[in-house]
Amino acid sequence: MSTQASILQVENISTRFRTQDGYVHAVNGISFDLKKGELLGVVGESGSGKSVTMMSLLKLLPMPPAEIVSGTAKFEDQDLIQLDTNQLRKIRGGKIGFIFQDPMTSLNPVLTIGYQLAEPMREHLGFSRRKARKRSAELLELVGIPMADSRLNDYPHQFSGGMRQRVMIAIALACDPKVLIADEPTTALDVTIQAQILDIVKRLRKELGMAIIWITHDLGVVAGMADRVAVMYGGFIVEEAPVNELYANPKHPYTQGLLKTLPNLEGDRAKRLESIGGQPPDLHQEPKSCPFAPRCSKAFERCLQENPSLINRGKNHKVACWWNSDSGEKV
Amino acid sequence: MSSEERPVLLKVEGLKKHFPITKGVFRRQVGAVKAVDGISFDILKGETLGLVGESGCGKSTAGRVILQLYSATAGNVSFKGQDLMSLNKEDLRKQRPHMQMIFQDPQDSLNPRMTVGSIISEPLVEHGKFKGSERRERVEQLLESVGMNREFTNRYPHEFSGGQRQRIGIARAIALSPEFIICDEPIAALDVSIQAQVVNLLEDLQEEYGLTYLFISHDLSMIRHIADRVAVMYLGRIVELTDSETLYSTPQHPYTQALLSAVPIHDPKHEMNRERVILTGDVPSPANPPPGCHFSTRCPRAEKRCFEESPEWREIEPGHQVACHLV
Ligand SMILES: Nc1ncnc2c1ncn2[C@@H]1O[C@H](COP(=O)(O)OP(=O)(O)OP(=O)(O)O)[C@@H](O)[C@H]1O
Ligand SMILES: Nc1ncnc2c1ncn2[C@@H]1O[C@H](COP(=O)(O)OP(=O)(O)OP(=O)(O)O)[C@@H](O)[C@H]1O
Ligand SMILES: [Mg+2]
Ligand SMILES: [Mg+2]
Repeated sequence: MSTQASILQVENISTRFRTQDGYVHAVNGISFDLKKGELLGVVGESGSGKSVTMMSLLKLLPMPPAEIVSGTAKFEDQDLIQLDTNQLRKIRGGKIGFIFQDPMTSLNPVLTIGYQLAEPMREHLGFSRRKARKRSAELLELVGIPMADSRLNDYPHQFSGGMRQRVMIAIALACDPKVLIADEPTTALDVTIQAQILDIVKRLRKELGMAIIWITHDLGVVAGMADRVAVMYGGFIVEEAPVNELYANPKHPYTQGLLKTLPNLEGDRAKRLESIGGQPPDLHQEPKSCPFAPRCSKAFERCLQENPSLINRGKNHKVACWWNSDSGEKV
Repeated sequence: MSSEERPVLLKVEGLKKHFPITKGVFRRQVGAVKAVDGISFDILKGETLGLVGESGCGKSTAGRVILQLYSATAGNVSFKGQDLMSLNKEDLRKQRPHMQMIFQDPQDSLNPRMTVGSIISEPLVEHGKFKGSERRERVEQLLESVGMNREFTNRYPHEFSGGQRQRIGIARAIALSPEFIICDEPIAALDVSIQAQVVNLLEDLQEEYGLTYLFISHDLSMIRHIADRVAVMYLGRIVELTDSETLYSTPQHPYTQALLSAVPIHDPKHEMNRERVILTGDVPSPANPPPGCHFSTRCPRAEKRCFEESPEWREIEPGHQVACHLV
């Protein structure tokens, strides 16, 4: 997998928001490489900047208050960050598909589901109205919505939470994207329909060589889908490794804590759930030290003074931590 | 706590909600989406009833009809012995503080033009609870209890991440210390650590104040943890209902069995090679449910009679109800 060419190279993206009481430093220098046909899982704390990072790449954030302070994102010899809105519009929903976390914010409540599905195909693929409608019904059926043809005339509020989410998935897949960015795409789906959707995605990856960024809180889904996983905390990637390696040998104390908090289908059901103590970082402060240090049981002086950068520690395994989990050494 | 001693808090009988399907400019009714098609269950005081089922099977609609946010097509809902459907507007308003809902889509319930502080204090104001600095203190305390910073009261919903918005909705729902909360996918948007924090909070409130929950979720591991009993819904009907222990160890309905086999496991070695029961066959529509058993079109074990007769809802063991011909 690592010998594959990259399709998206993201370097040093920083995004902040201007608010009444100063800047919110949401994303602080994120870099990653997405290979052709690869599935990169992105996990991390709620509020850690997963959505903002990905929305920055396609300028899907309201600017202002959002500002992209630095960074490049190379896709097919172009830097997405430098493109203007018109140029980006040609890529969004075409070569790069995007599934938003919140279907209600991205589906237009006054347009029918059928219109919203057909529109990108008419724009990016030049489909006729009839052809686009026919394909829309096929896509709805593909994501498991019965009597798809008649439901094209419905409005979003007539669909259940999970059905809206599946509409978003269908829209994102409509134009056979080269890169699919999926932000929590299956949170509203039951496990059987989720399994069905995951199967479709696996198939499209194989057939079309689609590369995917999959943001999720579901570590079970990551385990079954991802080649590589990036873990985010406080606007940084704090760990990145191939999926098996990450689960077997997590090196960052935040990742270790995260893997410990999972409830499961066996064992004592009444046991109180474990959570990571303490508060998430205050993003109003420009991060000068390790963002996890105040909650970290391994933290020592240096962690409160300097922010560790993401470095290789083991084969393809990157960590941003002053404490070496393998040797117990404080670096 | 033995369940026999607990009084029934909420009783649902034969509840139906059909949405009309209309056609043409005169909006002539040509059919109905039978989103909820005759469900019955009790929830005891202080218990958590889990509600699981396929996406689109009617869980959120059931929640809304129970709280009278939608009017029912048929059936009865009584809360502490009071028939909610017979109440007039004012009497219903008086019941509202006791019954709350955490909505699946935080967008549905958070007004984008209001600050977080006013969103959470709105129910307090509406029902005249707490005044002045006490109210402010209560709001900040609520924010903290859902794992958020006290200082966030002056911000607007769009300034928050998906998971943070969901927690604002939770803080609002618990503001009036209700007796009964319908939690519609309250934790789907949260990371596992904050999920644990929120679930622990809900359990603490339950312990302390005897709160009762209807907990709708797709997360079967979390349902197993939080629910005393679980109802499994399929296409507008409940197909199985029993205590958590029994449901997870000996599920009886073929749909429950398929559901449990598909839970993702957080172990990549295991997960990559796993075979799930992926349901095949036609996904039926609630506008046109199959005759006989609703699950028959996809059931791996369906026989002739499953396609013809609707299975009866019966008790196979004390406290374990199933609707299936083959059990
Ligand atoms: N418009 C805005 N103004 C100010 N702050 C913002 C704005 N939008 C997002 N943020 C902040 O940026 C941070 C990152 O948000 P983001 O949505 O990327 O989080 P996330 O990792 O996707 O979280 P979740 O898992 O909850 O979706 C959050 O702390 C959020 O409060
Ligand atoms: N306002 C409405 N008008 C028409 N049909 C509706 C309306 N609300 C819901 N429905 C339909 O009723 C059915 C049940 O929807 P509901 O939202 O209750 O499902 P759900 O079980 O909560 O699903 P999910 O797990 O995806 O949230 C769906 O087929 C949906 O399309
Ligand atoms: Mg997000
Ligand atoms: Mg729902």
